[in-house]
Order: sequence, then structure tokens, then C-alpha cells
Amino acid sequence: MSQMVPTAQNKRVLPRVVAIAVDVFQVPESNVSPASSPDTIETWDSLHHLSFVVALEQEFGVQFSPEEIEQLLSIELTAALLEEKLKETGASNGC
Amino acid sequence: MSQLKEMRAQIDTLLSQERWVEAHARLGDLWQHDGKAAAAGYIASSYDRLRGHIAAVKCRIALLRSMTLEPLVPILRSAALVAGIDPTVQVGQFNSYAQEILDPQSALYSFQPSIVILAVQTRDILPEIWEGYADLSEAEIQAAIDRVSEQFRALVRTFRERSNASLVIHTFEKPSASHGVLDAQQSAGQLAAIERLNEEIKAICREHRGVYALDYDALVAHHGRARWHDEAKWLTMRMPFAADSLLPLVSEWMKFIHPITGVLCKVLVVDLDNTLWGGVLGEEGLEGIQVGSEYPGAFYRSLQRTLIDLHQRGILLAVCSKNNREEAMEALEKHPEMLLRPEHFAAFRINWQDKAQNVREIAAELNLGTDAIAFLDDNPVERERVRSEMPEVKVISVPDHARGFARAIRECPYFERLTLSAEDKEHTRMYHQQAKRAELAKSAASLEDFYRSLDQEVQIAHVIPETLARVAQLTQKTNQYNVTTRRYTEQQIEEVAAQPNWGVYSVRVKDRFGDNGIVGVLIARTEGEVCEIDTFLLSCRVIGRTVETAMLGFLADTSRKNGASILRGWFLPTKKNAPAREIYAAHQFKPVATEDGRTLWALNLEEADIPNPEWIRLHVTNGSHRAEQARAS
Repeated sequence: MSQMVPTAQNKRVLPRVVAIAVDVFQVPESNVSPASSPDTIETWDSLHHLSFVVALEQEFGVQFSPEEIEQLLSIELTAALLEEKLKETGASNGC
Repeated sequence: MSQLKEMRAQIDTLLSQERWVEAHARLGDLWQHDGKAAAAGYIASSYDRLRGHIAAVKCRIALLRSMTLEPLVPILRSAALVAGIDPTVQVGQFNSYAQEILDPQSALYSFQPSIVILAVQTRDILPEIWEGYADLSEAEIQAAIDRVSEQFRALVRTFRERSNASLVIHTFEKPSASHGVLDAQQSAGQLAAIERLNEEIKAICREHRGVYALDYDALVAHHGRARWHDEAKWLTMRMPFAADSLLPLVSEWMKFIHPITGVLCKVLVVDLDNTLWGGVLGEEGLEGIQVGSEYPGAFYRSLQRTLIDLHQRGILLAVCSKNNREEAMEALEKHPEMLLRPEHFAAFRINWQDKAQNVREIAAELNLGTDAIAFLDDNPVERERVRSEMPEVKVISVPDHARGFARAIRECPYFERLTLSAEDKEHTRMYHQQAKRAELAKSAASLEDFYRSLDQEVQIAHVIPETLARVAQLTQKTNQYNVTTRRYTEQQIEEVAAQPNWGVYSVRVKDRFGDNGIVGVLIARTEGEVCEIDTFLLSCRVIGRTVETAMLGFLADTSRKNGASILRGWFLPTKKNAPAREIYAAHQFKPVATEDGRTLWALNLEEADIPNPEWIRLHVTNGSHRAEQARAS
């Protein structure tokens, strides 16, 4: 799990992930932190999770594998995973 | 990215300043630029602040499905909300569409939907053909298809017995062929089997009113079969679509929701230079403008072809262009490559006036509200001018170059129609006749002379299956000369007409300039002594020609024959029906009750009579002006 810890690099990704969480889960930005997860955001249920996945894919221009979909368990884990994926594809600016 | 942030900031400001109409328009722009899952969340929460401050058509949409559709719901809501449609959406239980339709106590029926979308995947209902085709005999394949078409036939029949809602059915998607290229060589191939099933589904839709087929396979093919799906989401969450397929599917649904809810444009107002043809006529002359079969004229001709398709669908076209009128008309009449000719247009404003003013005049000339107008212009300044002046006009968002115009028109859901009546196809010709009538009115010495010279024939007939669609359409579309503005679906009209004490009549008007088609509807119910008018409406086309007197006279006679002594009707005022306000007073009706601005008018049939105007030949037929119907279409 060590590669999932937030790094200086994913700071650019993190605010975009937070913005998407605010839109998809319809919560105020002040309620979303890197540690936010389905346990802390009430509307983050399995169906909203799917909307979250779709919104992330559209924002960053990536596609998640089944394993990855199950790993997006907090805002910071999501940002870290995206950072990895963007490095792989070299597509650092999704839009 | 920063542009989208700016748009959101602007919307937030407009909302906090309570500038609702502008905020709504900007939400539409945002959605146009950013039709994605995240923006859908923002739009839905912004709309919650707008609700109640702007006019919106409410509807209740139920999704019946064999797969996960929940992430589509916020996208559907956003697409509808920006179009002025405020939907309540219910998603049925996963893969229990059959139980929901068959169980009269199900959540589907207690939700009381106005629109139901039935989305079932081939791989869920026909796994043997989706994957196991290679193992099956021809007879087994046919048996599988028969099983599904019989199941759907029964489901649709049951649904129709229990609900008036419109039903939109996804047809079945074709799989990738188990036999590879061999499939296309076989007489009973796997893909051909799905095509046969889809033909059956479409036939089932045609057997019922208000049931429509959505060609799902064509939709997938249009967007690219290889990109449409996402196996990762299918296998983990049972949602088969890729992220970028959600909006195209919702847009396809909207093509049905617009005509079902009546949120439509009746006229497309188009510019000429660099829109209908390339180049500026005033500078380059008739020979210099580009329209034809080669590049770049072909783009303009393709737009012209698309506009003719709209014209055939009953949508009126009008020209609004800054040009010299004579030159422009000459180009439309004489340019050898032009597909659109003057007769395709119902109105012209070719001058140097402000376009917003021209659009307003076109609406007035055609007797329509400005909300029935769509506006196509290559010039973003003109588009912005019309939009800021009249937010209710549907300004078509077009790309910078004309090669995208035809597609923008084809994808605009405001031009979709689900039925096509003979009147629709004749629309423009009728407006031309109307112009001749207006000239006659100017030249006639007195009003009575004018009425006489029109040589009018009014045919009143019981509604019959052939006229049902038109009668329902008139109740949905007529806003001005309509005393109660009650909207009915075909299904509801059919039910009302079947009641013994109700009468539902179509009114057809002919005159010396031609056949106006069915332009009026009467619905009345007799209860003992009293005949109550439920619906009395007349298309603007024939207002002011005493047709309404003939219609009321007919109702008075019929009521008397049915044993009634009182003919009465409510006038329910709306923003638009002021033209009909005086109708009852003008025919000796007396106000007998009022509540909340509504007035009940009554006529004592034993004391008063409404004679048929001497200049109108009135024909009352028992349902079948079938012969005329056939002649007109």
C-alpha cells in the first residue's frame, strides 16, 4: 500500500478528485477531505460509486479495470491510483 | 477547464441575484459544453434553487431495465431540466421489468408514470443467441425468438390495460457473430435472427397507441459498437456502458421525451449567407455562392436536404436574413443547385432589421408563440442577440463551420415527432393559402362579404381511428383558441370516445383556397339535463371566420337531441388563451359561476339558439369523413 500514500505529485490530481466528489455525491466542498470515504460521505453508496467512477473516467480520460474500481475506497486512494495510471499512459492532463 | 469554472461562477452569481431565466439559460450552455456525469450533479443541485421560478413541464419517468441504469439518472435529469422539462425519475428493481408490468400492485403503477422506458439487453433475455448461437439448430433459434416476442407482446398488452403512460421500448442489440464472417453468408444467421426479432418488436409497438420503439442497435452502431461497451463495469456493476456512452443514450431518450411532453419547436428560422449557402450573396452574386454536389457547396446542400426532411415532418421553415430581398429570392428561385425553393418557406424576413424583431414578426405572422421557434444562424453575434432578447427561442448551437450544421439539426430533439398526420405534411401549403385569405380579407368590402367569399365548408365528425392522432395532437398543441387547455394522449381520447355519454368530434374546414384539414376539436359530456363542454379548441389558422359559431351551433343541436336543456362550459384562463375568452359571451352564454378566475358559462337551450352562419356549409357525419381523409392525404 505504500505507493498509495499521497505524494507531492498527486496534489494536482487531488483537487480535481475532490471537485468531482462534490458534484457526484452532492456534498459541500468543506465536507470532503483526502480521508473521505464511503464511511464518511453518506451519499457514497454503491450506485453513486459507479457515477463517481464514470465521472473520474471522463475527467481524466482513463478507464478503470474491475480491480481498480474496487480500490477507489477513499479520496486519497483514488487520487493516488489516478496518479499511477496517468504516469503509465503519459496522459497527465485529462482535459 | 477554467472556462467551465467561469461558467459555474457566473451561474452561481445569477442564482444569488435571483436572475432565474438567465441562470437557466446558462445552465443549458454549461450542459452543452460539459455533458458529463460530474456536471450533471452540479446542474441538478443548481436547478433545485431555480425550481418554481421558471416554467417547466413536469413528467414522471419510470425506467424498467435488465441492467444497472442508475448513473444515467442524474444525466437524464440534467438533459431534461435544461430543456425546461422537470422529471421525477423512478428506476425499477434490477431485472424485474416483467414482474413490475404484470403485478398490478407493483411500484411501477403506484408511481403513476407518464413515460416508461423498457430497456432489456439481448444478452439478458436471449443468452442462447447472444453467446450460444453456434450450438443451436435453426428451429431452436426460431423458438427462442418466438418466446421473446410473445413475452413482449403480452407485457405490452398488459401494460396498456393498466397505464396510459407512453412506453418506449429498446429494441435488441446484435451480438458479435459466433461464426465470424460466415454469419453473413447464412440464410438464418445469428444477426439476421436478432433483426427478425426487432421487426416483431416494432410491429408490437405499432399495434398499440403510445408505444414506441427505440432502435437501440442503430444507436450503438452510430456511436461505435467497439467503444459503446465497457466489460469492466458490466462484470463488476452490471452496467454495460462505457463512461462516454451514457450521454448518447440519454440524448436518445430525450428524442422521445420531447415529443411526448410536447416540448417542441414548430418553426425553424434560418439565415441565408453562409448557412443555406456558402459565401455572401450581396458580394459574390448568384454565380459566386456555394451550393451543389462538390466541396464546399455539398455541406450547404446537405443542410438543405436536412431542412427538407423537417419540412416533410411538418416543421415550418422561415427565412430571416440580412440581404436584399429581390436578390435573395432570385437565388432561392433560380440557383440550379438549390434544393430549397421559396415554396418550402412559410415566411420571409429578408431585410436589414434587427433579427430579434424579425423573429418576433415571423412568430406573429404564423400565429405562434416565440417559444415554438428555433433559430439557425452561422453568426454567433446574431445567435446571442436573439437569445438574449428571447430566451424562450431555441437557438441552435452550431460548430464554426457549416459542415456540422446538418448534424446539429438532425440531433436537435425539438424537431422529433412520434406521429405524422396528413395535416403535418401539408403545413406549409396551408400557410400559403392563409396568406391568400389575408389578401382577400383586405380587399373585401365588409366582413360578411369576406366570409361569403371564403366559401367555407365545415365537417364535424365523431373521432375515428384514422383521426385519433390528429385530435390528440390538437389538444396538445393548441394554446390560444382553447377554452380549457386540457391535454390528452391518443390513448385517453380513445377511452373518452368510448364512453356512451361523451362525444368527441373532429372539425375539418375547407374553403376556396383549399383544405385546412382537421383544425378543431369538440369534447362534451351529457349528464341528464346538462351538456358540459370539456374541450373546445380551434387552430389559429381558422380563427375569426365564424367557424366557432358553427361548432357551438352544432353542440347546441346535438345537446338538444340528447335531451339536454343546458349547454355549459368552463373558461379556464391561461397565459395564452385570451383569444378564446369572449367566445361564450359572444354566443349568448351567461356566466353562472366563478372560482379563482375561472368562469362557468351556460346557455339555456330552451330559450336560446345558435344558428349556423349562412355562409358556412355544415356537414355532420357519423365518423367517416374517411373518403375526404383519403383524398387529403
